Amino acid sequence: MSSDVDNSRRRFLTAATTVVGGAGVVAVAVPFLASWNPSARAKSAGAPVEANISKLEAGQQIIVKWQGKPVWIVRRDDEALATLSKIEPELRDVMSDESIQPAYAKNEHRSIKPEYLVVVGICTHLGCSPTYRPEITADWMGGFFCPCHGSKFDFAGRVFKGVPAPTNLVIPPHKFAAENVVLIGEDGEA
Amino acid sequence: MKKSLILLAGLLIPAMSWAAGGVIFPDDDISVDWNDKQSMQRGAALFTNYCLSCHSAGYSRYNRVGADLGISDELMKENLIFTTDKYGEQTKVGSLMKTTMTVEYAEAAFGTAPPDLSLVARSRGTHWLYNYLRGFYVDETRPMGVNNGVFPAVGMPHVMADMEGLKTAKREMQDDGHGGKHEVIVGFEKISEGSMTTAEYDQAVKDLVAFLDYLAEPYKQTRQNVGTGVLIFLFFFLILTYLLKKEYWKDIH
Amino acid sequence: MSKENNLMGWIDARFPLTKMWEDHLSKYYAPKNFNFWYFFGSLALLVLVLQIVTGIFLTMHYKPDGAMAFASVEYIMRDVDWGWLLRYMHSTGASAFFVVVYLHMFRGLMYGSYQRPRELLWLFGMLIFLALMAEAFMGYLLPWGQMSYWGAQVIISLFGAIPVIGDDITLWIRGDFVISDATLNRFFALHVIAVPLILVMLVVMHVLALHEVGSNNPDGVEIKKNKDENGIPVDGIPFHPYYSVKDIVGVVVFLILFSVVVFFMPEMNGYFLEYANFEPANPFKTPEHIAPVWYFTPFYAILRAVPDKLMGVIGMFSAIIVLFLLPWFDRGKVHSIRYRSNAFKYLLIMFCISFVALGYLGAIPATEGRTWAARLFTLGYFGYFFGLWFISKNENTKPVPERVTS
Repeated sequence: MSSDVDNSRRRFLTAATTVVGGAGVVAVAVPFLASWNPSARAKSAGAPVEANISKLEAGQQIIVKWQGKPVWIVRRDDEALATLSKIEPELRDVMSDESIQPAYAKNEHRSIKPEYLVVVGICTHLGCSPTYRPEITADWMGGFFCPCHGSKFDFAGRVFKGVPAPTNLVIPPHKFAAENVVLIGEDGEA
Repeated sequence: MKKSLILLAGLLIPAMSWAAGGVIFPDDDISVDWNDKQSMQRGAALFTNYCLSCHSAGYSRYNRVGADLGISDELMKENLIFTTDKYGEQTKVGSLMKTTMTVEYAEAAFGTAPPDLSLVARSRGTHWLYNYLRGFYVDETRPMGVNNGVFPAVGMPHVMADMEGLKTAKREMQDDGHGGKHEVIVGFEKISEGSMTTAEYDQAVKDLVAFLDYLAEPYKQTRQNVGTGVLIFLFFFLILTYLLKKEYWKDIH
Repeated sequence: MSKENNLMGWIDARFPLTKMWEDHLSKYYAPKNFNFWYFFGSLALLVLVLQIVTGIFLTMHYKPDGAMAFASVEYIMRDVDWGWLLRYMHSTGASAFFVVVYLHMFRGLMYGSYQRPRELLWLFGMLIFLALMAEAFMGYLLPWGQMSYWGAQVIISLFGAIPVIGDDITLWIRGDFVISDATLNRFFALHVIAVPLILVMLVVMHVLALHEVGSNNPDGVEIKKNKDENGIPVDGIPFHPYYSVKDIVGVVVFLILFSVVVFFMPEMNGYFLEYANFEPANPFKTPEHIAPVWYFTPFYAILRAVPDKLMGVIGMFSAIIVLFLLPWFDRGKVHSIRYRSNAFKYLLIMFCISFVALGYLGAIPATEGRTWAARLFTLGYFGYFFGLWFISKNENTKPVPERVTS
């Protein structure tokens, strides 16, 4: 080694090369990591979907696929709607303050039209899909029951106290494109 | 060192050429301007109107085409999507551009299923497409009543005849350069007028080919833009690494 | 003792980390006179890593299924975020691998890097070359385009030339009566798992063998013959930092050329991605002109030059076998072209011209004249090895210096 080595220049160049090279490596990593994002195909499957509800009878439920997830449309009858105010003391998040829904669905019946509930059918606990249990009995006020860990939700998808699910079921963005057509995945006015 | 460099050059320069295909007519050149989105939009309209009823572009999505060419989803639905899905509803904008014609029907009608056109500009090239689409002439011996100067005995009818009109081929005997004589097409003669003049039709075909060229590699512009950035970065990095190397190699005598 | 030293001490007592670092980098003494030709070894390693990483990400989206493979490649190109980049990097990387490896091998020919005591090093390198050809061939089937399909059809049919059992072997390789989904599936498994594993192991052995015997250099003199009082070769310099900083410059230049292809000419005029491969595989229609990808064309031209199926196949494989035997064809003691006879230089030039000419002829359709040219260059190719054996016995060499020149 010669003694006339300019150590500060050497250190500076080493540091500069390391930093710029490191930035290059990070930039190269971006396309690789980004290739894990939902592809155009997945996004296409996640595009807004239309559901025709003209044949949906009171008390019935239909399931639509949106972003690969089950979305329920339930036509609640007067009896079901009547339970909503009665069971409030048993609910964990009555006003849906902790839960996810568009502003136009943040009300007692959690929907645009009181009659029609549009809700993502995935339990907020660990992602199972609850079942629709509309029949009202002495110890069941009607709603949804998750078979995986026993979480219970009312007719508005609001979670009961004392079950593992932390929040109410998620209401997806949706709107009424026509009198009998619900468009799921796109926001509308309340 | 000089010799080895010459040897290297010999290894690197691909002194290769493609074997020329048969003689084609017409044989005019075309250049596609990737910045002319309006030409591509017109081409997209021609494509969905004339091609998509038989041919798919089944690796491409309507909304991707719309986003790249500046066509909104609404315009797309109104003017460019004529196909229907399995429920009989208009095909969704996020769907692949597939024809509704079944393979069985197509084989019965044309003898062969019309190929997917997503990549035709890459497998055939724009030169071929431009001349092929202008190369139809009347030939009553063919099932569809037309033949093609670029693709002899083609199974496809002249779907754009309403625009171009019909023409017949003028032939001549020519030397093939190997001592033999062949009859080749040397020109076309119009026998009926279409809705367009020849110049207008040529422009329409140009638009369509520009769209097909886009369709074959929709990410081409992104690719080149990213590439420019990458090269600028690498040149900068080259200077840095070269200085670093110089600095360390001061030690070596 | 700083904390770092303590940590290193803890690791070194359990794993030879510092020892490996010193043996292979900071205290591996390489000759100080490496020239341009010595970049390609590390570049080959870079391309290998690049191919493995891009390959892994491509398998996340690719479908090895005859009905879906072609569409899944277009799905990667169009629907997957940055998928086109991953795919172009991988397809360009395949060709780049061969560019780099051919230049690396040519370096070995020029400077006698295969000669004693580096015969085993050369053999490991040749095995890498063989594995690489298998890897590239099987990878080329996966896009399931017309060229993929018919290229595989032709190459697998080569095995049919083997007497008696040939037809059974081709059937067994394909797993069907034609190239089919079964063939695609097994090629996929070999391409993504089996051959890469072998390649990586061979590369490790190649590097270990190199570091055992030490690097050759453009003068072809052994630097280990002249050591100082500490046992360090006087003409040697530690690989790190001197060659690590030098190789980085080479890497960046390589990446610039690589990026030009990836971003501006990924098809390379049909040589890296053949035009016919943009049509899905069709078992009923052969493309008008089948040519293998450019890196196989020299061997393909030899195959076509021989007017007999079995002999053609033998000729083609012999072209690779003679390369394996190169250390024994060369009976010379002088390594580098700098001090060898003119006869050697002429032979090497003849070999290069023949190799490039065969590559060119293999890429274009055969005519009678071209076939005769291919025969001539085939003789030139093999002539190198036999000529070398002949001239190297009593070669008129120049005096070799004691130490490397700079």
